[in-house]
Amino acid sequence: MTLPRRAVLAGLTGVAALTLLPRPLAAVEAAPDAEEAIAAILRGREPVEGGLVLEMPDVAENGAQVPLTVRADSPMTPEDHVTAIHLIATRNPTPGLGRGRLTPGMGRAEFTFRVRLAEDQEVLAFAETIDGRVLAAAARVAVSVGGCAT
Amino acid sequence: MSTPRIRLPSRAAPGEIIEVRTLINHPMVTGVAASAPRDMLARFEASIDGVTLFDFAFENGSAANPALSFPLRLERTSTIRFVWTHEDGRRFEAEETVQVG
Repeated sequence: MTLPRRAVLAGLTGVAALTLLPRPLAAVEAAPDAEEAIAAILRGREPVEGGLVLEMPDVAENGAQVPLTVRADSPMTPEDHVTAIHLIATRNPTPGLGRGRLTPGMGRAEFTFRVRLAEDQEVLAFAETIDGRVLAAAARVAVSVGGCAT
Repeated sequence: MSTPRIRLPSRAAPGEIIEVRTLINHPMVTGVAASAPRDMLARFEASIDGVTLFDFAFENGSAANPALSFPLRLERTSTIRFVWTHEDGRRFEAEETVQVG
């Protein structure tokens, strides 16, 4: 795994490809603080694509209320379940959208909520499993009116 | 802040996975824009008999009037406790019982 290219970033407005993610997620452009947030989730682990679905609209008319559903393919048994799902905005003023802690008592690894998106961007989801794996998924959302005024 | 609203089935079969829908009115002001002081909920938690089954940490990108939906698998009649905690420590609580069997 390569390190984040923080050293080559020009500043807060700079973007860079996410070299710490597998292809095609590696092609996602993210602000430097989003890259740092992703590194803090991964803690050196290599995420795998697949087994995780991130459902968002292709076009969000109102960036202040964008529906988001995330769902992992997991039996949610004590031996084999998802423990956490993190949602990251790659082009918001701050990257965190929210994070869920999951237990086998849920029966399914999924939840739905609404997020704010400031502009067109990729949203990333990372699911951590009880055996230490990280699953990753991305959704591209075009935002008509940005929703980060508050 | 209004009373939280919870939607879930009143009855379920043993082992059935139910869908729980929650909503609380809150402006979730991040303070990032500096036009208003920060006013944010920090956390949501759903528990049964003191055991947390799902919890959620709100961040700046969480929308106003947070609506959270999630599944729960119920094995027996259960009272589900819902708690929203503000960053300043205030708590907002609700409870719902689902009859199982």
